[in-house]
Amino acid sequence: MESDVQMSGTRERKRVMGDMRTGYGEALAELGSINKDVVVVGADTTQSLKTSLFGHKFPERFFNIGIAESNAVSIAAGLALAGKIAFVSTYAAFIPGKCVDQIRNAIAYPNLNVKIVASHAGLSVGPDGASHQQVEDIATMRAIPNMRVLAPADEYSTRRLVFTMAESSGPCYMRLARPKSPLLYTNGDVRFAIGSSNILRDGNDVAIIACGLMVSEALDAADTLAEEGISCRVIDMYSIKPIDSDAILKAARDTGAVVTAEEHNIFGGLGSAVAEVVCEHNPCMMKRIGVKDTFGESGEHDELLAKYGLKARDIVGAVREVVRAKKR
Amino acid sequence: MMQSQEILRLKEIARRTRRLIIESVAEAGSGHPGGSLSAVELVVALYFHKMRHDPKNPRWEDRDRFILSKGHAAPLLYSVLAQAGYFPLEELKTLRKMGSMLQGHPDFRTPGVEYCAGSEGIGLSVGIGLALAAKLDGKDYRTYVLLGDGELQEGQVWEAAMAAVKYRLDNLTAIVDRNGIQQDGLTESIMPLEPLEAKWKAFNWHVIQIDGYDFEQIIDAYNEAEQTINRPTVIIAHTTKGKGISFMEWSPQWHGQAPKKEQVSKILEEMGLL
Ligand SMILES: Cc1ncc(C[n+]2csc(CCOP(=O)(O)OP(=O)(O)O)c2C)c(N)n1
Ligand SMILES: [Mg+2]
Repeated sequence: MESDVQMSGTRERKRVMGDMRTGYGEALAELGSINKDVVVVGADTTQSLKTSLFGHKFPERFFNIGIAESNAVSIAAGLALAGKIAFVSTYAAFIPGKCVDQIRNAIAYPNLNVKIVASHAGLSVGPDGASHQQVEDIATMRAIPNMRVLAPADEYSTRRLVFTMAESSGPCYMRLARPKSPLLYTNGDVRFAIGSSNILRDGNDVAIIACGLMVSEALDAADTLAEEGISCRVIDMYSIKPIDSDAILKAARDTGAVVTAEEHNIFGGLGSAVAEVVCEHNPCMMKRIGVKDTFGESGEHDELLAKYGLKARDIVGAVREVVRAKKR
Repeated sequence: MMQSQEILRLKEIARRTRRLIIESVAEAGSGHPGGSLSAVELVVALYFHKMRHDPKNPRWEDRDRFILSKGHAAPLLYSVLAQAGYFPLEELKTLRKMGSMLQGHPDFRTPGVEYCAGSEGIGLSVGIGLALAAKLDGKDYRTYVLLGDGELQEGQVWEAAMAAVKYRLDNLTAIVDRNGIQQDGLTESIMPLEPLEAKWKAFNWHVIQIDGYDFEQIIDAYNEAEQTINRPTVIIAHTTKGKGISFMEWSPQWHGQAPKKEQVSKILEEMGLL
């Protein structure tokens, strides 16, 4: 089977870094010139989220509501009700964290064209600690009818998904990470569609299905495992809802073993979404890598990934286990 | 009139607090110096003059409670708690580091911390809970809540403002750190708060406006709040974000950025904080 993307080796991959917020902010400003219906709502973090780039270009379509997240998402709902494509952004701890009710009732229930884009998701806010980390957003957003959920793996996919979201009417949530991260994609004709996924590396012993920054860890794990003779298929599951059931089932059938990886609580996130598909249609060995139902703490992002079992080596361990179990 | 001796003592503690804030944030490499420096005198006056508390017994039932609703000013709270004796000053060097008792935002693993703050807009409601419980239990402890001015943009603050009046919580004092700056810029351009005094008055609070760096005014205001019966008091303290470090003053840029470690001794020397 052919990979969707030509991947370079780990060492080369690490050389080019990207920043999801820059991708988001620049794409949004570009989208604003193409589509006059695009409006942007912020909540006192517009420089950090880089939505200020849009604000400088289109001040009349840019609304900084202050530290008032419930108000911000509800105002975005009103704008969408009047026919606008409303993007609303801050840190994931606060949107969706602080206003799940407003998102549910003002945006999702009336099925409005609001795009929620939140940064600093997962543990990536590091030293700020547990109050600012967000490991529940995929679960809360996924559980709301009409809401779609995206988690891009790098700056390039973030850019592309901004346009993808704008083209598809209705509510959507996209989570971004704070740190710079390796660019996994380069300009090319890779498809980014809601409900789709990309195979970044093909293999037949096991499928590692990951989202966000964990895709990069998964590719590192695959490199290590290749040296042991274990061949991994690595799937960037950037669309968590709707999820690419076909790709999951094909992977389950082809490999017979699935490992998921996400910077999110193991309850309710990508691992749960994949397990739902696998269990109902093609049960196979499976392991989930994620935060084990606990709050985070202050620390550097990398230290936290290590402590909470979210590094490439943790994926390697899980893969060895499922491959061993599969053989039994 | 307050004894000038006492004022001098508090001023000295405030000076040391500013130094500890700068040192600990620089050591951590991240954090929020602006909003920490802004409210030093307000918090020092509570812990070293006004509040009834016992660092040897942080869970003492009759202690007065302080809730730092603007949790990003954690370096201020930690510097004050350490000097008061809740934990060794040495700990300040571990701020924000893996395994530290001093998390980026206040957390119960630190002795003396009353509430896990960080998400703005929640603390006044929690303070109402404490104040209601005091009334239920027939206890006379007081509850103080420090809020950012940008934080007042959160709707929940005004839900709390209504509730505190309904329950006549004269054992509750809110303090607003009115430094005029939030993360993206000036409060009055991001989302105007004025006329702020009129807003609180319309909610039926007793309102006192003070200079947030004048210990006499601060302590008079805390005393006036204590003597006010049947309704809660809000103290609007006029402050300067980054107070005491010239280049940080009035600068939104220093809201959430740490000074470089190499620059600390120079900064402290220039500011007379060594
Ligand atoms: C609910 C919530 N939204 C956003 C943030 C991110 N944030 C941290 S501090 C801050 C600005 C705070 O301004 P203000 O309340 O005026 O505090 P101060 O000026 O005293 O630092 C923001 C937006 C947060 N901590 N909580
Ligand atoms: Mg302020």
